[in-house]
Parts: sequence; structure tokens; C-alpha cells
Amino acid sequence: MNLTTQHKKIERNVTLLSVGAFVAVAIGGIVEIAPLFWIENTIEQVDGMRPYTPLEQAGRDIYVREGCYSCHSQMIRPFRDEVERYGHYSLAAESMYDHPFQWGSKRTGPDLARVGGRYSDEWHVQHLINPQSVVPESVMPSYSFLSDTQLAAVDPAADLTALRRVGVPYTDADIENAAADLFAQADPNASPGNLAERYPKAQIRDFDGDPARVTEMDALVAYLQMLGTLVDVNSVTAQEELAQETGR
Amino acid sequence: MEAVLGRVGLWFLIFFLAIAAIAGAKDSAFAAHATIIAMLAFILLVVTAGRFDPLAKVQGIFRIPTDTTRYDDDPVRWGVIATMFWGMVGMLAGVFIAIQLAFPVLNVEPYLNFGRVRPLHTSAVIFAFGGNALIATSFYVVQRTCRARLALPNVARFVFWGYQLFIVLAASGYLMGTTQSREYAEPEWYVDLWLTIVWVAYGAVFIATILKRKEPHIYVANWFYLAFIITVAMLHIVNNLAIPVSFLGSKSYSAFAGVQDALTQWWYGHNAVGFFLTAGFLAMMYYFVPKQAERPVYSYRLSIIHFWSLIFLYIWAGPHHLHYTALPDWAQTLGMVFSIMLWMPSWGGMINGLMTLNGAWDKVRTDPIIRMMVMALAFYGMSTFEGPVLSIKAVNSLSHYTDWTIGHVHSGALGWNGLITFACVYYLVPRLWRRERMYSLRMINWHFWLATIGIVFYAASMWVAGITQGLMWREYGADGYLVNSFVDTVAALHPMYLMRAFGGGLYLLGGAIMTYNVWMTIAGRLREEAPMTQTPHDPEADRPAVPALAQ
Amino acid sequence: MSVYETMRHFADSWGLLAMFIIFVVLCAWPFRPGARKRNHDAATLIFKDDNDGE
Repeated sequence: MNLTTQHKKIERNVTLLSVGAFVAVAIGGIVEIAPLFWIENTIEQVDGMRPYTPLEQAGRDIYVREGCYSCHSQMIRPFRDEVERYGHYSLAAESMYDHPFQWGSKRTGPDLARVGGRYSDEWHVQHLINPQSVVPESVMPSYSFLSDTQLAAVDPAADLTALRRVGVPYTDADIENAAADLFAQADPNASPGNLAERYPKAQIRDFDGDPARVTEMDALVAYLQMLGTLVDVNSVTAQEELAQETGR
Repeated sequence: MEAVLGRVGLWFLIFFLAIAAIAGAKDSAFAAHATIIAMLAFILLVVTAGRFDPLAKVQGIFRIPTDTTRYDDDPVRWGVIATMFWGMVGMLAGVFIAIQLAFPVLNVEPYLNFGRVRPLHTSAVIFAFGGNALIATSFYVVQRTCRARLALPNVARFVFWGYQLFIVLAASGYLMGTTQSREYAEPEWYVDLWLTIVWVAYGAVFIATILKRKEPHIYVANWFYLAFIITVAMLHIVNNLAIPVSFLGSKSYSAFAGVQDALTQWWYGHNAVGFFLTAGFLAMMYYFVPKQAERPVYSYRLSIIHFWSLIFLYIWAGPHHLHYTALPDWAQTLGMVFSIMLWMPSWGGMINGLMTLNGAWDKVRTDPIIRMMVMALAFYGMSTFEGPVLSIKAVNSLSHYTDWTIGHVHSGALGWNGLITFACVYYLVPRLWRRERMYSLRMINWHFWLATIGIVFYAASMWVAGITQGLMWREYGADGYLVNSFVDTVAALHPMYLMRAFGGGLYLLGGAIMTYNVWMTIAGRLREEAPMTQTPHDPEADRPAVPALAQ
Repeated sequence: MSVYETMRHFADSWGLLAMFIIFVVLCAWPFRPGARKRNHDAATLIFKDDNDGE
């Protein structure tokens, strides 16, 4: 059988055409994406990175639910103006526990990768309730319902278990205490136990100005206030990781 | 009788399971979705038991021909109606969020906040409007080019209705906050699973029809449809790998994190553009442009080169969405190089479509459908030139995160996908409903101009907005400090946002005229109107030719 | 060398080259001698029927 008749077969055979097209698209994906799944071996554990506390994760889930990525990025690029405006450019390791990633693709509002600690809790609460009252030219929608919604409906232990299944290193103690941790972090009257030891740099306080209850506002502000605060970017290991991220 | 009993049993089972899901639901969104399914199952249960055929009634409303013909066109007709419906929903949502960006007071928390309506807009126009157009035209084209009736007719109907259920679950989910927040892949895990089932059924119908063809060749449009179906299946499954928190709850966590998640997502996101919005719509182009122009495609060889280069190159281009991020540099460079190379096959395809009109260019003047197709190809060429330019890292450093990207997307989506879909619908409706022509050709012309002017407003305002904001972000004063605060750059964009909303409004108005035109055509009416072109009477020329000798 | 680096080197050298060769062969195919008639037949098949079932 010569080559010409063989190609006739391909042109006329739907199965072969499908397989050919599939191989063409699959190879491109595999060659480009697969290596990245081994990159974990080369990213050293950067000092300070830890999984989110249950309250921070609940806040992150609200961030995801409200589609904040439509307008806010969490990825600072290595340009002078971005670094001066938002802080040190983002490291790969800083989003290693982000399921899903929220780097975003559009800045209708500013980048949030290092927004933690830049404003007070009161500012965030006021801004979320009525953005234009703090920033008159803002085009952000209002999120006042977060203060009225109790954070009771969630099951933090189940969330953490699911996250552990996708590779976040929560310990058994973390999962066991998830519900207690969630409320203890936002309630100044509860005893936080060893929360601060299991989650270093965890900020434990009432976030929404209403100590009587834990609301979705508490969770979202707790998340915003920890963004970019975990890694000391000038530490030795962080600088070593940066040296390996070539070309930026 | 047994068949009816079986169907009643099936609907009862689904109804029962949905009720159980409502009872056990972990969150209100999941319960709401289970309620939608329970209601659907209950209605179908009653309807089946009563042997009442509601479809026949609806078919009466839409005047769907019932006599059997050579081809099975019912799913195509339903697809055309769904395309029109979802197109209007999606464009209306788009205009709404465009006005929200100019006047934030229009946000109605929590359900109609920008962050929840924006995915509704993108999914409605891409997957509901575009997806229904693709399913409908692919069922139409594959039958004609294979000279065979649709294989698996019942599965084809399942594909259509199953796809509508997917759209309803996805769209209602966004408004309730059920989202994975991965661009263009927002639906949660159970909706993704449902779409997978529907998509596999779609592939089965399409391939089975090709297998029973009575024509030795597989026409090139079917190559593009096939690549679109297969690749979208692969992208959808890999990108949506996730672990649900509970099997009775809507929430899930992506299987990947950080860098890996970003690359997988944009490999998906870019190829949703490449295979859903490009390959699939090129399949429409390769059938409907030659048919409307009544001449074969300019070069069949070029169409095959176009096919292979497109699918080989597109799949690599995703990382250009992640320039200067924490993604490794080599992947960014690969993405940029392949994006630039993509320019060539894209323009090859555009030239192939335009040159099909060689020798029939007068039709651009006389036939508004051809005019629309030509404009669609012109916008395809323009946005596939702009895309490679934006993928160059130096350009991207300015354009990324700004409205320039939004302008680029819309010149492609409104100009290419929108106009080619409208042209195909105008081609299909008179043929599917056996009418002499569309109700009004002049209205097609109005639609053409409203859409074109709308796109010009949209794209131009977004270019200006994007470049303005990009330059303001990086502006330094003589003192060495940044000149603008972030909110200064937001305030500067207000006039551009108004212009964008105006352009989108014009485009939507064009869509409304089309809806009316299609509706009247289906109703069997013909508008009495002057023909599109007339040669004006010239009394000077209107005399018998006098032979020179007679004088 | 780590697995990652090995795979990444393969990706932007031999992987690319292999893809390129397959691609060139597929593109050259419709230009082989004798394909003219087949291409013509395929391009005009959509006009063969007077009646498209409408």
C-alpha cells in the first residue's frame, strides 16, 4: 500500500481524523503543562507559607463566590510602578495553597496580592458596605449584606478535608479543631487554644466591629488582611526562590 | 404502553432523587438547582402520564413544519430559536454590566452585583448563544455534507435539551454565587459533570452521522466541527478536575493550585477561544460563505493547511495570558512565539473566506447577508492580528489588566462570532421554515449597520481606555513619584465606559431588529419593501441605439 | 538534573521539533501530485444537490 492511498484513508476515515486531531491538540497541552507539575520539586518551601486558617479560607470562599477576580488581580508583576504601588512582586510559592488560583486578568480595581495590613479593619468594613463613602470615584458594588449574614452555614471541617484531598497539608488537629478555630479567630472572648501555633502569623481579633457574632464580613476582612503578609520577601529562602524564577 | 410506563418511571426516579437532594442539600444554591430539576421532572412526569404532547403545541407557536423530509431538522430549528433567545439575554446582560461600570449605583446586592452578572454575561454569549449556534449549524451542515439523515435522532434531541438545562443551571448558579471563579469555566462540579454527559452525546451524534455518510469525502467544515467537539471535551474535563466538599453541596475545590492551576486554566481559557469561538465558527464559515456566495471555497488546499496549523498552534498559546506572572519564563516565551505564529494561519483562513467571493464581489452591494459575512471575516482578520500583537511581552506589559483586552475580545466576539452567526441564522431561517426569503432584507441591512457602528464605538473606546489606564498607572512625575493614585485612573475612564455602553446598546438594538425579523419570517410574513439596490432611471440613456449610418 | 528540567528541555527542543515535522507533512499533503481532482471534488460537493431538504 503506498502513501497516497494511506492518506486517502485518513481523509475519508472519521476515526483516524479524530485521533489525528486529538493527538495534535493533546501533545501541545502535555508538553507545555506537564513539566509544571514537577515544579513543586524545585520550589523550596519558602519561610512563612502556611495553609489558610478556617476563617481565612471561609473568607476566600466568599471572595470566590462573589467573583472578585472579575475586577481584582492577585499577581504583582516585576515592574517599578507595580512594585511601588502594590509591594514586592508576587512569588510562585505565595499561591501554592490557592485552590483555585485567583491571579485574575483585569484590574478594574487595584491588585490585592499584598493588601493585607495596608488599611484598618474599620476601613475595609466601611468600604465593603459602601465603597463610594470612602472612595467617591469608585465603581465597586456594595457588599453590605456580608455584615448581616452569619457565618453559620459553613462546615469548615469538610472544607479543610476537601482541601487536604487536593494537597493542602492540613494536620488532623487542624481538621478536628476547624469549627472551633473558625469562631475563635474572630471572637475576642473565645479562647483560641493553640491556633496561633498551628497557623503562625494568624491575626486573632474581631474584624467586623461586631464582637457579638461571626459574620461573612469577619471572614472576608480576615482574608483580605492576611493577603501577602505570610512571606518575608527579603528573607534568604525567598530570595533563593526568586533567583530560580528566571526571566521576570 | 410499556414505553410510556418506562418513561413515567424514569421521570419519577429523577423526581424522587431530586427531592432527596433538596432534603439533604448542604447549601441553598444546591437545593435551588435540585428544585429546578425536580420541577422539570414533575412536569415531564405529568405530561408523559397524560400523554399530552406539549412540544406539539409549542411547535405550533413556532410554526415548525411537521412533514418528513430528507433531513432531520427539528433540532436545528430549536437550536436557531435558542440561539436568538440566549443571544438577546447575553447581550442584555452585557449592556447592563457595561452601564454598571459607569454608574455603580445600579448594582443590586447580592444577586445583581457586577461580580455575579459578569460570568452570566460571558457564559450566556459564549456558551449559550455561541454554543447553540454551533450545535444547530453543525447538525445542519453535517447532514448536507454527508447526504445522510442525522444519526441517533433521540440522542440529538437529548443534546439540545440537555444543553439548555446546563445553561439554566450555570446561569442561575452564578446569580446565587455558585461559581468556581475560573474564567469561562465558572460552573460548579455537578453542572460540569452534566455538560460532560451532554457533550459526549453530542460527539456521538456528530460522528455517527459522519460514519453513515453517502459521500466519500468528509467536507472540511466537518473537520473543524470535529476538532472543536473533541478539543472542547478534553479542555473541559481537565480544567474542571475538582474535589467536591460534599456530594450534596455545590462547593468544590480545584484539583490544582497556584502556578499549575493558572496554566491549566489559561490553557483552557485560550483554547475556549481557539476551538469554541474560532474552529467551530470557521466550520460555519467554510459551509455558509460558499453556499451564500454560490461558489466553492477559494482554495480547498489552503483550508486544510488552515485546519492543521490552527489546531497545532492554538493549543500552545495559552501562557500569553500569564506574561510577567510567576509562571516560568520558558512557558511564557513559548506562548508568545506560538501566538505570533498564529497570525499566519488566521489570515490564511480570512483570505480563503474573502477570496471565495472572487468574481462575485457585486454581491457585497446587493446581498446584505454576504455583506455581513465579509464584515465578520474582516473583524476575524483584525482581531487575529491584534491578538498576536497583544501577546508580545513588551506590548502586554502595558495592555495586560486593562480594558484593551476587553476591547480585543469584543472586536472578535461581536465582530467575528456575532456577525457570522447572524449571517448564518439569516441564511437558515427561510430554508428551515420553507419561506421564500427573510421577512425583510432591509432590516438585515439596518442590523448590519447598527452592529458595525456599535462595534466601532465599543472597540475604539476600549482601546483608548486601556492605553490611557496603562499609561496612567506607570506615569512618574519629575519628583520620581507615581503621579496617579489608582482611583484617578478609574475616574479617567468614565467617558469611555459611557461610550462603550452606547456601542453595546447599538449592537443590542441590532439584535432586537433581528429578533423581530426572524419572528415575522417564522410567522410567514413578507415585508413589502423596495429592493435593496435599484439602478436609477436615466432618460438620457433610455433611447434606442441609433446606428451611426442612419444620420 | 531534576525531572522538571529534563521535561522542560525536552518540551522546547525535541518535542517542538517532532510537532513541527508532523505539521509540515500534514500541510504539504494536499499539494502532492494527484490531489487536485480530490480537492476539487471535495470543495464542490456542497453544490451537488439541487435540494438541500428544504
